[in-house]
Formats: sequence, structure tokens, C-alpha cells
Amino acid sequence: MTFNDLMIVQNPILSSLIWFFLILATLYFARTPAHKSIVAFCRVLQNTFRVSAHSVQKAEQRLLQRNREVLLAQGMEASERIIEREFERIDATVRKDLAEYPSLQRHLSEEITQIDADYKESTEVPPEPPGWVKAVDAIAKIQTKDPMVAHILEDIHNSMIKANTQATEEYRKASHKRHMHLKDMMPHWRKVTQVLGQVDKSVKSLLTRSQTIDRHMDEYEGIVKASDRSVRMLSSSSLTQFFISAFVLTIAVGGALINFNLIARPLAEMVGGTSRIMGVPINSIAALVIILVELAMGLFLMEAMRITRLFPVIGALNDKVRIRLAWTFFSILLFLACIEAGLAFMRELIMQDAAATRAILRGDGNTEVVESSYLWITTAAQMGMGLVLPFALMFVAIPLETFIHSLRTVLGLITIGVLRVLIWLLHLGSSFMRYTASVLVNSYDLIIFAPLWIEKAVLRKTAIDEGDKESRSQSTASI
Amino acid sequence: MLNQFLKAMLFVAILSVTSCADNKGPYNQGVYMLIDTSGTYTKELGHAQRIINFTLSKLNPGDTFAVARVDTASFSEKNIIDKQTFDERPSMTNQQKRKFRDTIDKFVKAAKPSAYTDITGGILQAIEYLNEANTGKKTIMIFSDLKEELRKGYVRDIPLQLNGINVIALNVTKLRSDNIDPREYLDRLDDWRKKVEAGGGKWRVINDLERLDRLFD
Repeated sequence: MTFNDLMIVQNPILSSLIWFFLILATLYFARTPAHKSIVAFCRVLQNTFRVSAHSVQKAEQRLLQRNREVLLAQGMEASERIIEREFERIDATVRKDLAEYPSLQRHLSEEITQIDADYKESTEVPPEPPGWVKAVDAIAKIQTKDPMVAHILEDIHNSMIKANTQATEEYRKASHKRHMHLKDMMPHWRKVTQVLGQVDKSVKSLLTRSQTIDRHMDEYEGIVKASDRSVRMLSSSSLTQFFISAFVLTIAVGGALINFNLIARPLAEMVGGTSRIMGVPINSIAALVIILVELAMGLFLMEAMRITRLFPVIGALNDKVRIRLAWTFFSILLFLACIEAGLAFMRELIMQDAAATRAILRGDGNTEVVESSYLWITTAAQMGMGLVLPFALMFVAIPLETFIHSLRTVLGLITIGVLRVLIWLLHLGSSFMRYTASVLVNSYDLIIFAPLWIEKAVLRKTAIDEGDKESRSQSTASI
Repeated sequence: MLNQFLKAMLFVAILSVTSCADNKGPYNQGVYMLIDTSGTYTKELGHAQRIINFTLSKLNPGDTFAVARVDTASFSEKNIIDKQTFDERPSMTNQQKRKFRDTIDKFVKAAKPSAYTDITGGILQAIEYLNEANTGKKTIMIFSDLKEELRKGYVRDIPLQLNGINVIALNVTKLRSDNIDPREYLDRLDDWRKKVEAGGGKWRVINDLERLDRLFD
């Protein structure tokens, strides 16, 4: 369609004016249905947004509930695991320390019996006064000036002193003997103290463990009750675990990269370095496969040792089979680690050979030979790394398990966040459509303001005329 | 349960082994170097040796390298001084490189100047060799002053099929006549450029041997 097709008359301005008035007239006459259409269309969109927002809100609620359930289930499992471990520790303490309690008690009672015997033997017995002391007393009361009596008394006095000296000596000996008994009691006391100390330590350890269990039990009860506090704690803990495990996994990826560089080059000697699969050299793929197999063995080993619980199948095996499997995994890992050490050694040889070739091509072959005298350090370091890294990577299983478990919750939280933003946008869209209807209706009226103004003026005039007629008829009636 | 676990492990092992299947893609590169041995240009062979050694140090296992002389009749396998497709194993590649270098050393010591310069014949031989080698990246290096002198009766007015081949002119020395009229030198370079580009090849000139790093850009 060209502009000429739109020409009604020869004059373009006149044609434009005719078109303008035609459109204006059409818009004016279609005003009511157009308003209805605009309002209806906007209402449809508004309702669509509203209903969508409602649906997304429901989905968000369901996800929130599911996330809560997942958090609680994970928290419950973790708490059960911790409590179980604490009980195992208590069991071990009871088995180790309190199993010897009967012998300890026997030992204690023997020591106490010994102490008792020693105590009895150390009891002080006061020396008996000689029997004839009363006779001396009677003689001493005789009222006489007979020198014989004095002489007898003198003799008695001397005898008394002698007897006293003897008694004192005997008493001293007996005291010494008693002291010796008391001295003998000392090691028994110490032994008793030591045994009681051991018992005290064991009991204290049990008390501490029981306090820990109490704490975990409180947490567990909170989780079972599905309290909001527990959910908040678990959610926060899950986020922390997610970031920490992601950080540790990043470090592990770094380790794996070093490992990869150690073995990829020497593997070219075994599998060739020119063939490629999907653009990746086959030696790189082989190196990657070896590292992945090592990682898998590490995961299985940790699983068989019941440190992680990623594969319930392994954990559910009976202990005998599980331990055998653990040894198998360890053997494979050790074998692969030895291969890696060998490859690391080979890498150094290849690099030296390549350096020598480069030097020959440059025409300075002697310098390489002189510099290679200390290269055994790097060779040893590379071999050491080749041997240690597979075992270090084995422990990736722990952060990986945490990462996988926390990822579920974190993904749930992210999805909830996204859904909330979506809900907000849908509500915004709904409100926007609500006010858009008014804006469009007013804009429509703005376009046809001239006919509307005329319509208003005509209506006003008609109303005035009708008013005049009415007043005139009223006045005629009154006349 | 244990059986299932062992079966799963076996599957992973089989997958690991089968993934190592041979699938040689066109990722290797082939380099064919033409060395002009005509007239006084024989004096430049020391530079050629340097370029060959540099190229050897840059090539990897699986790459192909051939060095041929340009003389009176260059379209012949007999002109190839040495050719090697390097082994997949790096250690073997190193041994091959050393052997290659020794062969070139012997050639440089015993090289005699030829009367004519059949560069086009050499390029045709290079195209044939590189196409047969079927390498991913193909490079022809021409170590010459690019002054072609053909013996009477030799037909070399043949269009070159250089699709996907990089042609690098190295150490294009200026002749005495070039000094008198530099347009001769520029025209010579331009003629070769047109000839190569008309054949679908990419043309480059490296005269500064200190910038050999640009060879394999």
C-alpha cells in the first residue's frame, strides 16, 4: 500500500484531514465498546498475572515445605549419627574402664584391709605402772626417823628410776614400731588415691559425654518437633557447610590438576600423544581416567570405612565383607599411587631428554648436563607427590558428601528466592495491568477530546433548553 | 548387592579401556622446507640449518617434517634430504630429531651449488608430499632468494594447488640487480605472492631470522 492509495482527493492535506476526521468519528462512535475491550483485555492480563502469582506462591510454599522436610531429615540423620557415635564412645569408655571395676574394687578392699591391719597395729597401748608402786606409797607414809626406812625408800627410788627408764625405752620402741606401720600405710594410701583418681576420671568422662548427649538430644528433640529454631539453625549450618565444602573441593580440584600434569606427559609414552578423542589428546584422557579411578577408589574406601555414607550399599554390607572390600580398595589405590610415582619419575626423564635435545638443537648441549646434577631433588619431589596425592585426594569424599547434602538445601533456597522474585514480578505485572486499563481509557478519550467536548457542549445546551422549557411550562401552568 | 556393586565397577573399567580407542584426528602439522642450493645462495645454508633446528624444536610427536633441496630439477623424491613423521612417544621423537639434525649437518657440509633453481618443481613436490602425509596443518617453507632459473625444456607454468597450505618465504636475500632496481625484488615477491594466493595458499615472508617465533603462529 502506498501513500497514493490513501488519497481520497487530489489534495494530500485535504485527504489527510478527511482521514483524520473519519478516524476521529470512528473512534468516537466506537468509544464504549473500545473502552470495554480495553478494560476487559487488561483485566484478563491482570487476572492471568494474579493467578500465575498465586500458583507460583503455592509452588514456593510447597518447595519451602519440602526444603524444611529435607533439612529436618538431614538434621535428624546427622543428630542420630552424632548421638550414636557418642554412645559408641560411652560404650568404649565403659568397656575399657568400668569393665575392670570388680578387680578395681577387690584391689581397693585389699588395700583398705591392709591399711586397717596396719592401723590396728599402730594403735598406742599405754604402759602399765608397776604393781608394787602402791606398796611404796604405803611405806612412804610410815612416820619414822629410822634410817633404814630412808635407805629402803632410797633403793625404791632408784628402782623406780630404773623401771621408768626401761618403760620409756620400751615405749619408744613400740612408738617406733607403730610409726613404721604408719609409714607402711603410705603407699597403700597412695595406691587407693590413684585408683580412686582413675575411677573419678572415668566417671567424669562419662559425665561429660552424657552432657554432650543431653545437648544433642535437645537438638534432636527440637528437630523431631520441627521447631522453627531448629530449621533456622539447620539452614544456617547447611549454608556454612556448603561454602566450606565448596572451598575444600576447589583445593582438591587444584590437587587433581597438579596430579594430572604429573602423569599426562609420561602417559604419552604408553598410550601415545597424538591420537585424540573429541579433540582431547588420548594421554590426557588416560591421565584423567586414572585420577577419576583413584577418586572413585578413595570414595569407596572412605565408604567402606564408614566415614562417609554416599553409597548405602557398601555401608549395609556385613563387617567381614566390608573390611575385605576396604583392603581391596586400599590395595588398588596404593597400586595406582605407585604407578603415579613411576610416571612422575618417567616425566622427569622425558623432560631431561627433551631439554637435552633442545640444547643439542640450539648447539649448547654441555650446559644442560652441568645443570642436571641437582635435578634429583625435583625428581624425588615429583615422585613423592605422585605417591601422596592419590591418598590426599581420597579425603575429597568427606567434603564431597557434605557438598552434595548441603547442595540440595542450597538449591532449594536459591529456587525459593527465584520463585519469590517471580511472585513479586507477577504481582507487579498484575498491578501494572490494573492501572494500564485506566491509562488506556483516558488516552483513548484524549485522542477524541474534540468530539467529546462537542458532545458535552451539546448535552449542556440540551439540558439548558430542556430546563428553559420546563420553567416556561411551569410558569404557564401557574398563570 | 555385592554382585551389583562389582558389576558396576566392571562397567566403569570397560568404559575406561574402550575410551582409549585410537582416533587419530588431523591435529598434527606437516612442514616441508625447500632449501635453495643454487649459485652463491649455498653460503646461506648455515641460516637454513638454524631454521631447521628451530623447527625441529617446535615440532611435536605425530608431526611430519621434510627438508628438500632446490636445484636444477626439484620435482623429485631424490631431492628430499630427510623426512620424518615423528613417533607418538616423546622419547622416540627426541631420538628422531637428533638423527634428523645429524643428517642435515652432513648435507650442509657436503652441499654443492647447482646451476639452476627450480622452485616451482620443489613446491609441487612439497604439495604432493604434504597431501600424502595428510596432516592437519600444512606449511611449506622456502629458503631462497625466490629467483627461479629453469633449464631449457623444463615446463613449470603449472597452477599450484595450495588450498589450506601456508607458504613462508625465508631469508629472501636481495640480489645485486635488486640493489640497482629494488622494483625487481618487490616484483619478485609480489609474483610469488600472487602465484601462491591464486592457488589458494597463504603467503608470508620472514626475512629477519631473529623473529622465527612467528613461523608457527
